[in-house]
Amino acid sequence: MWGYLLRRLFESALILLGITFVTFVLLYLVPADPARQIAGRSATAETVANIRDQLGLNDPLVTQYWRYLTGLFQGDMGRSYLQRAEVSSLIASRLPASLLLMVSAIVTELIIGLTIGVVAALRRNRPVDHTLMILSFVAISAPQFVIGILLLYVFAVQLGWFPIGGYGTFAHLVLPSVTLGLLGAGWYSRMMRSSMIEVLNQDLVRTARAKGLSKLRIVTRHVMPNAILPIIAMIGIDIGLFMSGIVVVESVFGWPGIGQLAWQAIQRVDIPVIMGVTMVSATAIVLGNLLADFVAPLIDPRIKTK
Amino acid sequence: MSAPEDTGPGEPRPVLTVRDLSVQVATEAGAKTVLDGLSFDLRAGETLALAGESGSGKSMTALAIMGLLPKPMARISGGAIRLGDTELTSLGERVYRKIRSARVAMIFQEPMTSLNPLMTVERQICEVLLEHGAVSRSQAPKRALELLRDVRLTEPERRLSQYPHELSGGMRQRVMIAMALACDPEVLIADEPTTALDVTVQAEILDLIRTLQAEHGTAVLMITHDMGVVAEMADRVIVLRQGRQEETAPVRDLFAAPRTEYARMLLAAVPRLGAAPDRPEPADSRKIVEVDDLSVRFDIAGGVLNRTVARVHAVEGVSFHIRAGETLALVGESGCGKSTIGKALLGLVPWQGSIRIDGQQTRGRSRAAMRPVLRDIQMVFQDPGASLDARMTVGDQVVEPMVVHGLARGSELADRAEWLFQRVGLSPDMLRRYPHEFSGGQRQRICIARALSLSPKVIVADESVSALDVSVQAQVLDLMQELQAQDGLSYLFISHDMAVIEQVADRVVVMRLGQIMEEGARDAVLRDPRHPYTRRLLSAVPVPDPTRRRPDLPETSGVEEISPIFPVGQGPARVELTELSRRHRVARDAMAKT
Repeated sequence: MWGYLLRRLFESALILLGITFVTFVLLYLVPADPARQIAGRSATAETVANIRDQLGLNDPLVTQYWRYLTGLFQGDMGRSYLQRAEVSSLIASRLPASLLLMVSAIVTELIIGLTIGVVAALRRNRPVDHTLMILSFVAISAPQFVIGILLLYVFAVQLGWFPIGGYGTFAHLVLPSVTLGLLGAGWYSRMMRSSMIEVLNQDLVRTARAKGLSKLRIVTRHVMPNAILPIIAMIGIDIGLFMSGIVVVESVFGWPGIGQLAWQAIQRVDIPVIMGVTMVSATAIVLGNLLADFVAPLIDPRIKTK
Repeated sequence: MSAPEDTGPGEPRPVLTVRDLSVQVATEAGAKTVLDGLSFDLRAGETLALAGESGSGKSMTALAIMGLLPKPMARISGGAIRLGDTELTSLGERVYRKIRSARVAMIFQEPMTSLNPLMTVERQICEVLLEHGAVSRSQAPKRALELLRDVRLTEPERRLSQYPHELSGGMRQRVMIAMALACDPEVLIADEPTTALDVTVQAEILDLIRTLQAEHGTAVLMITHDMGVVAEMADRVIVLRQGRQEETAPVRDLFAAPRTEYARMLLAAVPRLGAAPDRPEPADSRKIVEVDDLSVRFDIAGGVLNRTVARVHAVEGVSFHIRAGETLALVGESGCGKSTIGKALLGLVPWQGSIRIDGQQTRGRSRAAMRPVLRDIQMVFQDPGASLDARMTVGDQVVEPMVVHGLARGSELADRAEWLFQRVGLSPDMLRRYPHEFSGGQRQRICIARALSLSPKVIVADESVSALDVSVQAQVLDLMQELQAQDGLSYLFISHDMAVIEQVADRVVVMRLGQIMEEGARDAVLRDPRHPYTRRLLSAVPVPDPTRRRPDLPETSGVEEISPIFPVGQGPARVELTELSRRHRVARDAMAKT
């Protein structure tokens, strides 16, 4: 068990190292010049060149990457080009808001998605099933900014149930979480439906029925635990989906998280901040997968961690 | 058919009465009657066998009685099922639920998939006890333990906290039986309860069902395709064929003098151990397959660095040969390595040692270099449905090996396909059809045709007739022997079925835990077995003759507990074979004991 954990952590560190390299190279190749952004429009070519020199942007790629990496190992993610702050403190101040949004979105999408999946499977090929599956398809297909603006218009502007944007109370949390969670809910409802149908056709359900168990008990104790197994691995992968969603949703709702930070940094080629946010989200994805792999054996005794 | 059976004044009232029961299944072509007017009585302590081939409606009968017909596809279209005074066909789900397991219980064919993999044995047994209020919540675990003792499960305390995947097939079926008998039902329906089990385990489970039946006075409805099991278990038999009750008779009468043509045919098709015709002694011809010191090991990885920590020794130091025109049978129970040997011969698993196919050494050959060898050796698998491509016409599949090997093209292929189809007894007009349009037996003929397309010298037949009904099985075996007589084909015939092996084999190799226990000419091994393991295998085979009791199973010496998994660098003790005669060799450990 501990050996397995150690090995997995080591693998994760390697993956993250690979990600730093790929991101760094990609940003290096971006045709925009950060020095020009910092200097402003009216700056002379000389000023720009000075800034480039100061930031070490004229050094070869390998030197720059090495500098970044050694800093990273000492816990230094660099300084923002445009805001007078360390990248790490920028991220630290915004991470809690994003984590809160993410966790509540995961809870939302699991509750909505799994419920719809179970109901659709138990009523399969009936009108209820067809309706739910059409809805889930809509949730998957609609762009998140459209859903976000729509929810905002109906529930905040027209009905006035929730605040239009911002951060602070539970009411602020609802619309962004639902917007972010709907996409996942669409996916999970489809996966849960097909997984449930598969288990419903297995011999173990016939045995449960032959035992004279109630339908409720068969569904909750026998079918659902077996059906949810393949979903667990998906939740880990899902965190990656969230990261792209968070940038959009935080902008729409004015949510002060790292999504907003990333959006600003991308617009202004603030490379250290982009690198920092990428590293944080990559770490989240890697940890999410790791967590999923450690949760699975708790539910399924057939999986052994070796 | 619908007339009630005679109930003599002295006989107890039947527990279960079925009258004129019909079941219909909805198909695209409209309702199809899969069970037509079945009637029988079942009395306490009695065993009634429902025997028949696939599609006879025997499982439908069981599900109809349990009220578990798959809705909405299947429904009871007529007749009555009475359990004591309760009419079951008109019962609502709510009431029916209270009857299942409490009064009628059922065990199934696949103990592997019939238990919930995520629940401990204890929880699965307690669940049924508590559902029917058989015991209080605090008493349930105690009762569960008693039940495991009743079904003679070893180490019952430990089993309670185990999950199904930690148990062997036989143990799982014992757990299923414990669950079925938890509420002391009046009727136990056993649907092919031993079909998925090894023959020695089958014997133990059948013994157990008989013992428990005697203790509890349960009425047993035994559903099986195996006439050996029928002869061993049943008091009375109903022979079903395509949903119709062909014949109903006391078991001795049926076997002694079947009244209907179908029952006669069915009984005649059953392979009987010890009744196989003599085979001409094969000439000492050329050795087509020479296997020397073959080992197959699978690595198990683990630890921090994910290095190999242990190995499964699937096959360990096995040597044998097959001559031209000869059939060598590999027998043994599941996990003994017999299928692995077949795969090694075709280079489908990594192996060590030496394998020569018609003189060509195959060790260390790349995939491409293996190709010419594969022209000489082909394989036919157990499940003909799964080994054909559903989206390709059978004609294309039969000649695909020739295309792959670049041996023919165009009209030549079409001619060859026709010729192959004729050889395996199929009509060439069927070449354009797809696999789902054929029956199981026809599909296996197609697989044989495909194996023949390269004119191989050897065919590895891995449980090739095990999934087929007995009458079809007999026909496919005949076909295989015909082909052998015509072409001088050699077969490596891998099977768990001793009676089938006796029919086809010239020589027999008995395997256990990856090693050879006994080998020799068919009559030497099967009629004068020297190794205790061979004897045990043979004595476990149900005898399709109700007047002859199967001898009691020799006690095991805990051999089942031995695992083929060893740490790196270690391995099983090599078994040495001693020559008893020119045509009979046996493991030396057996000689020490006898």
